[in-house]
Amino acid sequence: MTTPVAQSRQRSISFPLTARRAALGLTALLSLLLLYFIGVDQGATSLFGSDTHIHEFVHDARHFLGFPCH
Amino acid sequence: MEFRYIYRGLGVGLLGGLLAFVFARIFAEPFIQDAIDYEDGRHEAQEALDAAAGLAAGAHDHGEVFSRSVQRNLGIGVGMALFGLAMGGLFVVVYLIVSRRYPNIRPRVLAALLAGAGFVGLYLVPFAKYPANPPAIGHEETIGARSGLYVTMVAVSVVALGLAVVVGRWLADRVGTWNASLLAAVVFLVLVGVAMALLPDYGHLGSNRAEFGDFATETPQPLAAPDGTIVYPGFPADVLFRFRFYSVVSQLVLWATIALAFGQLAERIAAAPARRQAQTAAATGADRPAVAEPTAAG
Repeated sequence: MTTPVAQSRQRSISFPLTARRAALGLTALLSLLLLYFIGVDQGATSLFGSDTHIHEFVHDARHFLGFPCH
Repeated sequence: MEFRYIYRGLGVGLLGGLLAFVFARIFAEPFIQDAIDYEDGRHEAQEALDAAAGLAAGAHDHGEVFSRSVQRNLGIGVGMALFGLAMGGLFVVVYLIVSRRYPNIRPRVLAALLAGAGFVGLYLVPFAKYPANPPAIGHEETIGARSGLYVTMVAVSVVALGLAVVVGRWLADRVGTWNASLLAAVVFLVLVGVAMALLPDYGHLGSNRAEFGDFATETPQPLAAPDGTIVYPGFPADVLFRFRFYSVVSQLVLWATIALAFGQLAERIAAAPARRQAQTAAATGADRPAVAEPTAAG
C-alpha cells in the first residue's frame, strides 16, 4: 500500500495499462477489424491483393447490412 | 470483472446476428435473388444491344467464386453472425465505459439506451443518406468513393451522437432531463443533417454524372435502344423497397436482441454479488460491488 500522496502523483504522470483497459481496447480493436473484413475488405481496399474470396463469400450480407458493394 | 460482461456482450451479439440472419434468409433472400436475376437479364439485354450495334461483346465474365447457394445460405449467415459479434464487442466496450461513469443507471435501461444508440448511430442515420442497395445497384468503378462516403457518414453519425450526449448531460442540470434530451436530439439531427447536405449523393459522383447523367442514385434506369424504345426496364421499385425495408428490420432484430438479452444478463451479474452480500449480512451500502472488484482482481 502506498500513501495517498504517492498514489495521486503516480496517477498523474503515468498511463496505467490496467487489465480492464487492455480488455476493452482489445475487444474494440478486434471488433473493428472484424467489421472491416465483413464490410469493406476486397472491395474498395484489399489486404490480400486482388483476391475476392472474402468479398464473394459474405457478398449477400455485405449488401444487406448496408455496406457499399461492387 | 469485465470479462464476464465481455463474454456476454459478444455472445448476445452473435445471437443477434444469427437471429437477423434467420430473418434475412426467410424474408430478404428471395428479393436478393430477384435483384441478381434482374442484373443477369439486363446484362444479356445490353449484350444484345451491343451486338446489334456491331460492338464487340464486353468480355465481362462473372466468374463465380462461390455458388449462389453458398452465398445465399452459408455466406450471408457467417457474414451476419460475425457482424453481430463485432457489434456485440463494440456495444459491450461502450457499455462498460458508460456504466462505470454513471453507475446509477439500471443495467437493462442502459443496455436498451446504448443498443438504441448503436442502431441509430451505426446504421439508421447512415442508411438515411446512403441506403442499403441490393445486388445490381452500384457501379464497380465508384466502389472506392462509395466506401469512403459511407464510412464517413457512419463516423460523422457516431461523433454527432457522442457530442449530443455530452451536450445533453451538460444541459440536464440547467434545463431538466426532459428538455436536455430534446435539445440533445436537436443537436444530433442538425449535425447529421448538415453532414448529409454536404456529402454528395452516389449518383452525383463525377464518373456517374459523366456516364449516366443527372441521377441522385446508382439505381439502374431503363435500358433504351438507339431508337429510344425501352428494351429492358429500370430496377423494379418493389424489389428495392422490400430489400431496404427488410434490411432495416434485420438490424432492428440484431439491436433489440443485444438490448434485451444483454440487459437481462447484466442485471443478473449486478444482482449476484449483492445477493451474496445480503446473505453474509455485510451491509456496506455499496450498490455496485463490481466497481471495487477490478482493483482486487488486479
